[in-house]
Amino acid sequence: MGRYLAKRLLIAIPSLLGISVVLFTVLALAPGDPFGELATNPAIPPEVRTALRVKFGLDDPIYLRYFHWLAAMVQGDWGFSFTSRINVDTLILQRLPATLFVIGSAQILALLIALPVGIYAAMRPYSWFDQLASTLSFVGFSLPTFFTGLLFILVFSVQLDWLPFVFSDVNATGWRWYWEELRQSIMPISVLGLFQAASTTRYVRSAVLDVIRLDYVTTARAKGLGERVVILKHVVRNALIPVVTLVALQMPAIFGGAIVTEQIFRVPGIGSLLISAILSNDTPVIMAVTFVFACLVVLFNLIADVLYGWLDPRITLG
Amino acid sequence: MYDKAPDEQALRSLIAQVKNGTLSRRSFIRQMIAFGLTAPLAAQMLTYSGAAHAQAKPLPYKPTKRGGGGPLKALWWQGSTLLNPHFAVGTKDQDGSRIFYEPLASWDPDGFLYPILAAEIPDLENNGLAKDGKSVTWKLKPGVKWHDGKPFTADDVVFNWEYAKDPATAATTIGSYQDIKVEKVDDLTVRVLFDKPTPFWADAFVGVRGMIIPKHLFADYTCGKSRDAPTNLKPVGTGAYKFVDFKPGDLVRGEINMDYHVENRPYFDTIEMKGGGDAVSAARAVLQTGEYDYSWNLQVEDEILLRLEKGGKGKTVMSETGSVEHIQVNATDPWTEVDGERASKKTKHPTLSDKAVRDALALLVDRQSVQDHIYGRTGVATGNYVNNPQRFISKNTKWEFNVEQANKILDDGGWKKGADGIREKDGKKLKFVYQTSINTPRQKTQAIVKQACQKAGIDLELKSVTASVYFSSDVANPDTYPHFYCDLQMYTVTMNQPDPESFLLQFVSWEVSAKENKWQGRNITRWTSKEVDEAYKAGQAELDPVKRAAYFIKINDLACNERAVIPVVYRPRVQAVNNRLVVHSSGWDSDFWDLPNWYKDV
Repeated sequence: MGRYLAKRLLIAIPSLLGISVVLFTVLALAPGDPFGELATNPAIPPEVRTALRVKFGLDDPIYLRYFHWLAAMVQGDWGFSFTSRINVDTLILQRLPATLFVIGSAQILALLIALPVGIYAAMRPYSWFDQLASTLSFVGFSLPTFFTGLLFILVFSVQLDWLPFVFSDVNATGWRWYWEELRQSIMPISVLGLFQAASTTRYVRSAVLDVIRLDYVTTARAKGLGERVVILKHVVRNALIPVVTLVALQMPAIFGGAIVTEQIFRVPGIGSLLISAILSNDTPVIMAVTFVFACLVVLFNLIADVLYGWLDPRITLG
Repeated sequence: MYDKAPDEQALRSLIAQVKNGTLSRRSFIRQMIAFGLTAPLAAQMLTYSGAAHAQAKPLPYKPTKRGGGGPLKALWWQGSTLLNPHFAVGTKDQDGSRIFYEPLASWDPDGFLYPILAAEIPDLENNGLAKDGKSVTWKLKPGVKWHDGKPFTADDVVFNWEYAKDPATAATTIGSYQDIKVEKVDDLTVRVLFDKPTPFWADAFVGVRGMIIPKHLFADYTCGKSRDAPTNLKPVGTGAYKFVDFKPGDLVRGEINMDYHVENRPYFDTIEMKGGGDAVSAARAVLQTGEYDYSWNLQVEDEILLRLEKGGKGKTVMSETGSVEHIQVNATDPWTEVDGERASKKTKHPTLSDKAVRDALALLVDRQSVQDHIYGRTGVATGNYVNNPQRFISKNTKWEFNVEQANKILDDGGWKKGADGIREKDGKKLKFVYQTSINTPRQKTQAIVKQACQKAGIDLELKSVTASVYFSSDVANPDTYPHFYCDLQMYTVTMNQPDPESFLLQFVSWEVSAKENKWQGRNITRWTSKEVDEAYKAGQAELDPVKRAAYFIKINDLACNERAVIPVVYRPRVQAVNNRLVVHSSGWDSDFWDLPNWYKDV
């Protein structure tokens, strides 16, 4: 196991370097520049723009800029945003709580819905419950989040006036704070959660179906064990192995944020940071966020593989 | 528009009418805006001629004590990314900074100066303005304190000049500070010195480029270290609200400043400026759900705004600016490459250089439809004047939509319709590429113009470029608007700067955008005229604002009559305001120019 881990980590390093080179090159070749807005303002003389470009080293050749960036990254200096002149790591840390809260809760909500529904649907395949669950999950993952988001806003904010639709800092204390936080976050969390739950339900259902018809389950029932014990202790444990790895692979997505939902509800997450950085050509921010994302993907892939090998005794790792 | 643009004599007679009360100040200012001037310049014309006072009258304010108004929630769909006014790029940063920082004076909606950190507005009577136009003396308001308790003095004002003028600081306000000298006369008086007579003196320390930062917190962070100052992210100003929190691109929060230098202000206890999202949902949050009290710059179609207003919680407010959505006509040939650049000064456009074609195009833009079906209240087809003196209006207004007339002009010019319905002459067809940024109202406008042109035998190929690329200054990208690598293009030229001088740079010959200046020149159409150059140079040096205005009107008129540009609609600033919130919007300054005076009617 140790050797396997070491091997994987060693392979990870060149792949991450490769990713960073590709990212950097694509950004350098992309049109648009971070100081474009300055160009449209007649009051700002071109010298200011050139001074800024020189200061941020934007006119150096690509490979030089890349090595500057790499050297800084290795030393822990994630760079400096062009648009807001603030450290990139401060920027990301500011956005992290909202991202983890909204999107993390959405994942948890998704699991809380998907697991019971999927298991029960698989226990009684083709029953009305199963048919209903399958239909709803089809509908759920076919409807894009911007559609469901707008629908929710229309119903709950505009027509019923129950919930605010702009996610912001809550200006209250004590349990009122919790109440206000709940009110403003329930819509983005549900939109995302339901979308995730839809696809996860199908997956859980098919995983449980695979296991539930195996011989040892019949044996367990024949032994006289109650249905609940059979399902929870024998079926679920084995069926969920692939589901666990699936969830582990989806973890990086939490950090990438949910760009569309964040735009609609104005959740200050990492996804909206990435989008606004891309639109304003803020290279350091884009590099930092996408590089972190790439590292997380590599890391969680490794975790998923190791977890799978650990949970399933039939698998041996290389 | 008008038969003949007013010259200096005509302007003086209009001013005389304001003086004797037959023409209101507001109508005069509106007419000047229609001629391509700005409200501040028009106000200056009136002040100089004694028809008005330089200082704006204070606006009505009802609350009788400071605070108690609860939270003020504002929504900017482009969030503020930095809070140092000298680094501000675009109004979102200026507005975020304006919550905490203040200039010496601001522009009110009619273009008059409103003193904020100044004790009074300098003019000829109080000897604030020197007669030779080479200096201005500002008296500062006594007893003003920074948020950390230190006193505001002339040293701070002088420091701002030193800070902004240094190219190493890379301040975006440098243009207002690099050609002046500022000296301290005493603790509460500063003098700004110009080396040439400067007609437009109200640039440094005024309005959005004039916010003042504290010397004692920034003195150690000048030149190369300017970006390291911790105060960049935690502003300490003189404004009505003190800093609480800032998340770039997302949220700015402030709380009431109990030591604010104007009594009974501000009304609100806290302010929150949230950023992100899009314009329609920003309008919705104020007009339909009432979650927010104010939202900025609503580039939304009017029919949507009208529907949202039915929610009954807020109203749409328009403030006049001089911004014009217009179509630019390329004077050079964008399809021929000379020395590695297209649309080069050395070429001439094969078909658009014929005045008949340009005249026809001007007649094919159906402004009324554009206003009625696309922009509504947010785009006005002609300048909106009330009281027009009869002798200036011609029976056929200049900006008309007339397809038959266009056909006639083209027929007379020798442009005959070919077999495919497209006109041609000497083997050259009237086929043009017409570009603009991606933006629903603009695409609809393009469609309207294309349809009309088809009826006249002109073929338009429509092109749209994503806004972040179109409006960038990327040298290598051929789709940016300064490159103008097509025949016609359209966008809004903003004129919410106080003085039209920099706006009119788009018509002078030395500003032609070209490869040699990395397409940073302001003259995008590449159209030049000796008369314009002479009028511009004369206007720059002219101290009498009336004469100066006459030169600027002449330039604007020449450009419009020669069809270097074809104006489509005027674009006022659009905001959504909660029904109970009382706000006086000025199109010549920041949305927050009057923030301490905002209150809610009970």
